[in-house]
Amino acid sequence: MKSIIVDDENTARAIVKELCNSSGHIEVVGQFPNAVEALKYLNQNEVDLIFLDIHMPMLTGFDFIATLKNPPFIVLTTSDTNFAVEAYQYPFIVDYLVKPVTMERFQTTLMKLKHAGKAILVGNGETTLESEPPKESFGDDHLYINIDRRLIKLKYEDILFIEAKGDYFEIKTLDGQYRVHSTLKKIKEKLPESVFLQIHRSYIINFSKIIDIQDNSVLIERSVIPISRSNRPRLMRRLNLL
Amino acid sequence: MTETPNLNYIKEIAGGNEEFEQKFLSIILVEFPKEKMEYANFLADKDYLEAAKVVHKIKHKLGILSLTNAYKLAVRYEEELKYGNTQLQTAFDAVLGTVEEFIKDIHQ
Repeated sequence: MKSIIVDDENTARAIVKELCNSSGHIEVVGQFPNAVEALKYLNQNEVDLIFLDIHMPMLTGFDFIATLKNPPFIVLTTSDTNFAVEAYQYPFIVDYLVKPVTMERFQTTLMKLKHAGKAILVGNGETTLESEPPKESFGDDHLYINIDRRLIKLKYEDILFIEAKGDYFEIKTLDGQYRVHSTLKKIKEKLPESVFLQIHRSYIINFSKIIDIQDNSVLIERSVIPISRSNRPRLMRRLNLL
Repeated sequence: MTETPNLNYIKEIAGGNEEFEQKFLSIILVEFPKEKMEYANFLADKDYLEAAKVVHKIKHKLGILSLTNAYKLAVRYEEELKYGNTQLQTAFDAVLGTVEEFIKDIHQ
């Protein structure tokens, strides 16, 4: 993951850079003491992540964010806790680090970045499922979904069910959920029939995740999912019924 | 209870990376005396807004040197300076003195 650090404090930049280096996952490709220099860089280069201080000369962190047309993930680094609520109004702001940043707290940031797809769901982040993904994107036991220019790998075994919701669908996994702007029909074509089954016009389930079936619904984790009358016979045929 | 500066935080972040530790210390050793002088000059000129900007820079170094209470003091002082209020100057100057002594010790 390519990142830049924007902070007027030399020491703060050094610490974040060291934490990134130690993580083994985040490469720091640039460091800037103010937002203007960072913008010049971003006009020529793309990054996946920005560590951004709020209080800076010339442009503040939030002014800087307002100028970004297609913002990558942003982790705010600040000594001021007063902007936390405002920060979380932006779907691409993954975390809010209060200085001085500790090693332990940075581990949480890494976890949040890992699950950043979920964070984006809260806002208006553009999410898509590649309609014609490269062949290598799909393996025997997983698929990739494209969320804000990040391809996130989902193992079939981690998917509980998929629910259609208007012009998008949500993939529910053990860890959370991912919103994908595509149709249930398209993802159904990509999923192995041996694992997944459509039991309702709005639901595809991972067959192995069923806990029980009662009347016209199945229980998966804590979710009760309806079975449509037309799909019920197909479901019943798949059951290893005594 | 009076706080004393230490390098615990820097050592934690460095995780045994001595090169980083040295590089980081050298940043503090170079920047702190410079910032302390700038701060004093701005105060003497009664340019409180510029003095607040320097306090903003210094406060990070206080946090890094594990001076938690001093850091909080600096946060308040920075805000008050923006309004020309120098009530916390004596307390803040005492903190600067402590850090200066600590830096001298590192040098030796």
